[in-house]
Amino acid sequence: MFKKDFTAGSKSKVKSSAQRGIRQKVLDTYPLLTPYIDEILPKKEQLDTIKIPDRVALYSLHNRPLFWQHMDDAIMPHLSVVHKYPWCFSRVRIDRGAIRFVLSGATLMVPGLTSPGGRLPGEGEDGGEEYGNGGRELEAGEVVVVEAEGKENACMIGVLKMGTKEMKEKKKGVGIENGHYLGDGLWKLDLS
Amino acid sequence: MAATASAPPADLRPAKSIIYCGVCSLPPEYCEYGGTTKKCSDWLSTTHPALHNTLYNTTDTAPLSTLTPSALARAEKDAQKKAAKASATEAKETSRRLTSRVTIKRVERNKRKYVTEVSGLEAFGLELKKVAKELGKKFATGSSVTKAPGGLGEEITVQGDVSEEIAEWLGEKYGEAVPEDNVDLVEDKKKKGAGAGP
Repeated sequence: MFKKDFTAGSKSKVKSSAQRGIRQKVLDTYPLLTPYIDEILPKKEQLDTIKIPDRVALYSLHNRPLFWQHMDDAIMPHLSVVHKYPWCFSRVRIDRGAIRFVLSGATLMVPGLTSPGGRLPGEGEDGGEEYGNGGRELEAGEVVVVEAEGKENACMIGVLKMGTKEMKEKKKGVGIENGHYLGDGLWKLDLS
Repeated sequence: MAATASAPPADLRPAKSIIYCGVCSLPPEYCEYGGTTKKCSDWLSTTHPALHNTLYNTTDTAPLSTLTPSALARAEKDAQKKAAKASATEAKETSRRLTSRVTIKRVERNKRKYVTEVSGLEAFGLELKKVAKELGKKFATGSSVTKAPGGLGEEITVQGDVSEEIAEWLGEKYGEAVPEDNVDLVEDKKKKGAGAGP
């Protein structure tokens, strides 16, 4: 989604009522963030919304990007937030070979997730715990954080195009499209 | 609701603190994909030696790799290509930086009324709109980004004759980005072609 570098558009303050809405939406989408919400979005602080191309709104606090939203799609965290609270999101893992494609902005294909290095919910030796997501299969349309084999931090966040169950059966096709990945335009965006 | 929603604060995992690479801005473990691996490695070894040791240890590629040799070779090639590309663009950038010039031009608008036109700043990686705003603030005059005469490119137009001051200010504020030798002061008194060519 942010493959090209871009410059930030107009920046404006968020109304406190809208701010409450954002907070609620974040909590609805990522219930696991509840204990940290005051750390991420303090009640009294003034959020800013920044318009960026393709009708994406970016919410930031003190010039640090926090969440972004494309029109009325699901609200998604900036990867720096994901890096701080990785355990609060649904996670999958890709194999080593796929990393370089993801970091150059390619669509994430399913084989990168189903191969031995990848992890989907409920498989692999440590899949039961770390990538278990509560033993639940993820559906298409859910927001997932993509981690990488042998790496500690997440490399991408996006919306699943295909349910994880279907992935395991088909083992091909598009997994995640149009996400936010390390080193993309949003990551490099300088707000100050 | 309270019982399910809020975990007891005692066993709350604190936020992870992440170190980001000062060169490519990625977490250091991803530096190898940024194309500036060499620089990143140098940076990390000076700022976070311990982390550098764990990441750049030669053994780290072996254990987790599930790639076939051919795929590994391809990845290697790809990385090399990327690095070459990055260094090439960097070289290009520096050479452009050395050759391109900033022209500060005083243009007579009316008798005894002048505007100052600054062109060529974009070649040094400055954002015209931001600089224009700063200039306007600094001199308390109107300052805008306008189309350069001839239709090619854009320049900053500052109202008033502030060419000397701009040159000084540029040296002070953006001295690192714009070498002082590359700044030209031109006085344009309605005869064309007084300044350097396009």
